[in-house]
Amino acid sequence: MIVKLQRLAHTRSGDKGNTSNIAVFAFEPLFFSVLREQLTAERFKAFYNGAITGHVIRYEVANIDAFNFVCEGALGGGVSRNLGLDNYGKALSSAILGFELDVPDDWRELLRGSTNETC
Amino acid sequence: MTNRDLMKQNIRIGTGSGWWGDRISPAAELAKHGQLDYLCFETMAEATISAAQVRARRDTDFAGHDTYLEDRLRAVLPACLANGTKIISNQGWINPDAAAAKAIEILRQLGATGVKVAAVNGSLITQQVLGLTDKILENGQSTQTLADTLISAEVYLGAEPIVHALAQGADIVFTGRVADPSLFLAPLMHEFGWDPLDHNRLAQGSAVGHLLECGAQVTGGYFVDPGFKDVECPWDLGFPIAEVNDDGSCVISKLAGTGGCVTLQTVKEQMLYEVHDPAHYLTPDVTVDFTTAKLEMVGPDRVRVSGVSGKPRSPTLKVSMGCQEGFVGEDMFFYAGPGAMRRAEIAKTVLLERFKIVDLQSDDLRIDFLGLNAIHGLATPADAPEPYEVAVRVAARTRTRTQAEKVGREVDGMAVSGIAHTGKRVPFQDRVREVIGIWSSLVARDAVQATVTISES
Repeated sequence: MIVKLQRLAHTRSGDKGNTSNIAVFAFEPLFFSVLREQLTAERFKAFYNGAITGHVIRYEVANIDAFNFVCEGALGGGVSRNLGLDNYGKALSSAILGFELDVPDDWRELLRGSTNETC
Repeated sequence: MTNRDLMKQNIRIGTGSGWWGDRISPAAELAKHGQLDYLCFETMAEATISAAQVRARRDTDFAGHDTYLEDRLRAVLPACLANGTKIISNQGWINPDAAAAKAIEILRQLGATGVKVAAVNGSLITQQVLGLTDKILENGQSTQTLADTLISAEVYLGAEPIVHALAQGADIVFTGRVADPSLFLAPLMHEFGWDPLDHNRLAQGSAVGHLLECGAQVTGGYFVDPGFKDVECPWDLGFPIAEVNDDGSCVISKLAGTGGCVTLQTVKEQMLYEVHDPAHYLTPDVTVDFTTAKLEMVGPDRVRVSGVSGKPRSPTLKVSMGCQEGFVGEDMFFYAGPGAMRRAEIAKTVLLERFKIVDLQSDDLRIDFLGLNAIHGLATPADAPEPYEVAVRVAARTRTRTQAEKVGREVDGMAVSGIAHTGKRVPFQDRVREVIGIWSSLVARDAVQATVTISES
């Protein structure tokens, strides 16, 4: 079934200059391999649809079931130069929660959020 | 002396602030009830030093330290004095001596004599930086290209000068720019007598600092997401406490009875906060490898962190250079009800035409629809639903203040010369801010001399 990332993982973003790091944490260790396979750096960058202008590097942090996506050119030239309202990009980490993944149907009970909606 | 002082089997460190604007009352609660050995305050962002330099030039009354210094000290000092809790703080900003003097003044008012207050100087290298640096890390150009716009340059110092201050008996230490984790690592190095080349202990201690440096971000702050990550009493988050052992392993917790939570999830999120390569997190003290960390839930709101490993520190120190880069003018106005988005869109067209008529000269211009795409920008899904209410928000980056002021003046024009049903607020400020651009470079360690000055109340 197709579900949004929000049901599999939680995220947080942080800033350094013009780079945002958006970390994705699997709610269950079981979810980690699906994230590894489906949430690639290329797809991650494509999902932001131009909001990330530079390279995206994905670091695997298996000991905490996480991936750290380091996104260059995501903060409008840097926090102080950024014309966006969210200068620090602290809300950037919520966009990727809408990324869709294909997961086994029998994970339904393990997913976070409502069990009534499939997306 | 309490038993804890005699044994020193573990050290209890609390966070007093995670940034300049942080809440003050949770720090006071920690000072009173946290049984802390140390309370550490982090109050700076990347541009804090440069902004303080700009302000100091214009405002001769500005002391150059954290503007909330007195509020924070008055909130925690009585309990810290009573409990023997030492304070380590980067509230010195561009003038650690002034922060120390203010603390001495307050201590004397409180009748506390013989308290030793240290000021750590040496981070500011504005005059020397162009001779000590080569390339700008962000763009590869020579740092000489910043000569005409440079406001301030500061080196990120490590834990060592703070350790020196503690070794001289300091009860309170004020610094300028110090790497955030180093504020928390320093008391561990001092108390446990860690060797500065013991990479694993320093890395574990730096991890403690990294987890604590943003205050409530590890105790349920910046975390609540209803239905997915629920947190009790998110209006009353407790600030974190780390109980640290001699091997650097620790338990992260918070005061009983406070809101928030300490869970594997909150600790994981903070572990990677502002981290790039998790196996090589560079601090002035050590290179931290978070990929070996082990997290365990060992009780309610108690997470044990161990196994963080270290590699030798970098031979250079990071220097941050703040430069004048012009101005940003910004404002917004509002639409609601049926057709709100159509009115917002034509208002955007009107603004763009007006900017041509008044010849707005900008390096960057952005007009967003707040309620639709002002936060995620291009990442906003194409099928996002039309909002009932929308704000048209415009911002331009310009070389001169006069150009930046045109943004607010053209939004003023939308009041009686604009679109039907335009909501607008009365301007409450000049709607222009200065841009301090931040660039980074590296300096040799031996080019930087930190100094410690101790005074007594």
